[in-house]
Amino acid sequence: MDRRRLEEKFFQGLMVISSLAIFASLVLILADILVKGVPAMSWAMLTQVPRGGFYQGKAGGVLNAIVGSAALGCGASALAFFFSLPVVLYLNVYLKPRSRFSVFIRFSLDVLWGIPSIVYGAFGFTVMLFFGLRASLLGGIIAVSLLVFPIMSRAMDEVVKMVPSELLETSYSLGTTRLEAALKVVLRQALPGILTAALIAFGRGIGDAASVIFTAGFSDYISFSLFRPVATLPLAIFYQLGTPYPEVQDRAYASSLILTMLIVLISVLARLLTRRYKSFVVK
Amino acid sequence: MSRLLKDKAAEKSMMALTACVGLLLFLMVAALLYKSWPILASKPLADLVLGRSWSPLRGCFGFLPFIMGTLWVTGVSIIIAVPVCLLASIFLSEYSPAWLKDLARPPIDLLAGIPSVVYGVWGVIVVVPFIKNHVGPLFKSSTTGYCVLAGGVVLAIMIFPVIIHISLEVLAAVKFEVREVSLALGATRWQTVKHAVLRKALPGIIAAVMLGLSRAFGETMAVLMVTGNVARLPRSVLEPAYALPALIANNYGEMLSIPLYDSALLLASLILLLVTLVFNIISQGILARLERRVA
Amino acid sequence: MSFKSHIVVKDLEVFYGGTQALKKVNAVVPEKKITVIIGPSGCGKTTLLKSFNRLIDLAEDVRFSGEILVDGKNILAPEVELTAIRKKMGLLSQKPTPLPMSIYDNVAYGPRIHGIKKRKELDKIVEYHLKEVGLWEEVESRLDEPASRLSVGQQQRLCLARGLAVEPEIILGDEPTSALDPLSSKRIEEKFLVLKDKYTIVIVTHILRQARRLADYVIFLYFGEVIEHGPAEQIFENPRQELTREYIKGIIS
Repeated sequence: MDRRRLEEKFFQGLMVISSLAIFASLVLILADILVKGVPAMSWAMLTQVPRGGFYQGKAGGVLNAIVGSAALGCGASALAFFFSLPVVLYLNVYLKPRSRFSVFIRFSLDVLWGIPSIVYGAFGFTVMLFFGLRASLLGGIIAVSLLVFPIMSRAMDEVVKMVPSELLETSYSLGTTRLEAALKVVLRQALPGILTAALIAFGRGIGDAASVIFTAGFSDYISFSLFRPVATLPLAIFYQLGTPYPEVQDRAYASSLILTMLIVLISVLARLLTRRYKSFVVK
Repeated sequence: MSRLLKDKAAEKSMMALTACVGLLLFLMVAALLYKSWPILASKPLADLVLGRSWSPLRGCFGFLPFIMGTLWVTGVSIIIAVPVCLLASIFLSEYSPAWLKDLARPPIDLLAGIPSVVYGVWGVIVVVPFIKNHVGPLFKSSTTGYCVLAGGVVLAIMIFPVIIHISLEVLAAVKFEVREVSLALGATRWQTVKHAVLRKALPGIIAAVMLGLSRAFGETMAVLMVTGNVARLPRSVLEPAYALPALIANNYGEMLSIPLYDSALLLASLILLLVTLVFNIISQGILARLERRVA
Repeated sequence: MSFKSHIVVKDLEVFYGGTQALKKVNAVVPEKKITVIIGPSGCGKTTLLKSFNRLIDLAEDVRFSGEILVDGKNILAPEVELTAIRKKMGLLSQKPTPLPMSIYDNVAYGPRIHGIKKRKELDKIVEYHLKEVGLWEEVESRLDEPASRLSVGQQQRLCLARGLAVEPEIILGDEPTSALDPLSSKRIEEKFLVLKDKYTIVIVTHILRQARRLADYVIFLYFGEVIEHGPAEQIFENPRQELTREYIKGIIS
């Protein structure tokens, strides 16, 4: 009897330690980023582009990267959305719930979801070569949209799946076509959730470096041209950390802070949206 | 009538888009295979996979250091992550009250959202110095801190969310009656978990670990920043290593200027794709089967 | 009818959150007899049953007060060892729940939990109890097969064997035949009639005919309150309470 109790207590102790370790690591990481990032933060960081000698410690900021990431993120999310929405609507409105095709597509999406971002970058690169593109905003958009497409589709699918089938049946019994039901009923019902899915994908897209490293290039200037290289926050952080100058490395911490805050903001927004969404669902 | 036409047109176009999704995986494999063909055709596969020297300028493309590097780092991360995640998941699922479990989800999601560069930065400012100043001397090693262990630790934290999230789902899917029956027979909670619950949940937990492994295998930036990137076979966890994804990311710049270099790097990408594909297909397959059994 | 009380319930109250499931319950369960708890659905029968083996502890936000004396000792006391109480009680649930393992391992689960490791001993225990429930001949050639492959009726008998393998003193049955076909139900009922020589049995049922067939003693629970309890003939032929009479006559369902 005692051995059983001892074993239970022992493992309970280990369990608590493990759980605490996980939360401790989160706290540690966020705290370290704050502690190192805040002192290096300045208004200039947010509002200026790198001036001459930025990477040797001279003046400037990461506005190029902030704008670049925003442009890239929006472009990639929009492109992925353009594919995700029709696919998800097709899966849920046009196909029977357990048809072979839908099972296959959903499985593919799940598998695509786990592919490393660098592979998407490499594939994006081959696509770019095929079309004669060079490292540019468009190249980055292609690679990142491939990366976030499975994430967006999965999240959207979860949301659209939850639309009760009675709603669709009601619409059909009133004589609508499937397209009309999809657009007028399903879309309206699931809209907050769909937007949340887009938001989640956006957050994932702007944080990724491996997919843009050889598709988007880098630039110290702000540019919205699709065919020019563009700066991104993750790469800005990477390059800043790579210099031997401590002042520039400090800037890497500040940039990390900016990126992390941005992503935390987006996930909080997404969470708030899902909560609001729950109150709008027709029961 | 045009309403029906619109419906038909929409259906056809949506179906085409959806079919593209199904083709995407094949397209990716095909494209990368096509691009790696030059090097596959010019060197025997054994030389590539087992070759130890990596010297593109001299035409030497031995991938073994990178394959081993990735295996070492991934291995360390799994050794750390699996017990920690398993114990934490069991705790949250079987021992803690419902409110604590709900409270735990946002932090785990937050960990999942932190970009890999930021993990890399953290690794460089915290983990690397720690290993250099405290772990190294303990083992009489003059490590710079940029080593397998650093990569393993950072990777482990990065894969916590994947493993925990799926493990929690799998544990929740085990019906309550199983626990009730075991406890009614006089078992302690731990015995119930060990002998009854885990038994039922095992395939799902294996799937969770495989997905975590797959994620660790393909992780690029964080590993790139803390493992030292030396193309040699590591002999201990305190030695530097060069992971396959890091190889690709580091050298894309010179890729087009040295013959066969681009082909080699795309071959590396292909290897990554195939390995993660295998792991993902198996684990998603397990999870899909579990879902069907519950439904 | 003279008997020795195996379980005595004194002023038992059970709350789930804000709802009171059992209100000042007083009852007895005689030793080595079949006691049947009857009453309409959802009125606390299962709660009372699960108080006996402290399984109600598993519910969220549960509170209880009062005493349940088993062989004179109060099992609701805080210092009491839960696993020991549960070993004394064997529970047969409404829905047959085989554990996710082989037939052999299902029956051996309990003894293994309590420390019996030797294969020979376990073999003997498994065979004995499978014979006790009349399942041995049907499964002896396939003990290593997963228990889930058995029919529902066989699974329920397996669960009974599993519960008996830990050598309880009291068998608790929570509507043990309601998920079974008539033939399997009959078999379980026959087993109970045989087992009462060795074990004290408490069954919850909402089937009055079953209660009539099996009961030596009856507790009538109505929305958390014990209306009446006593020997079976007395309750069925000559109930003292109006409510009991109405229920027996089948007016309240």
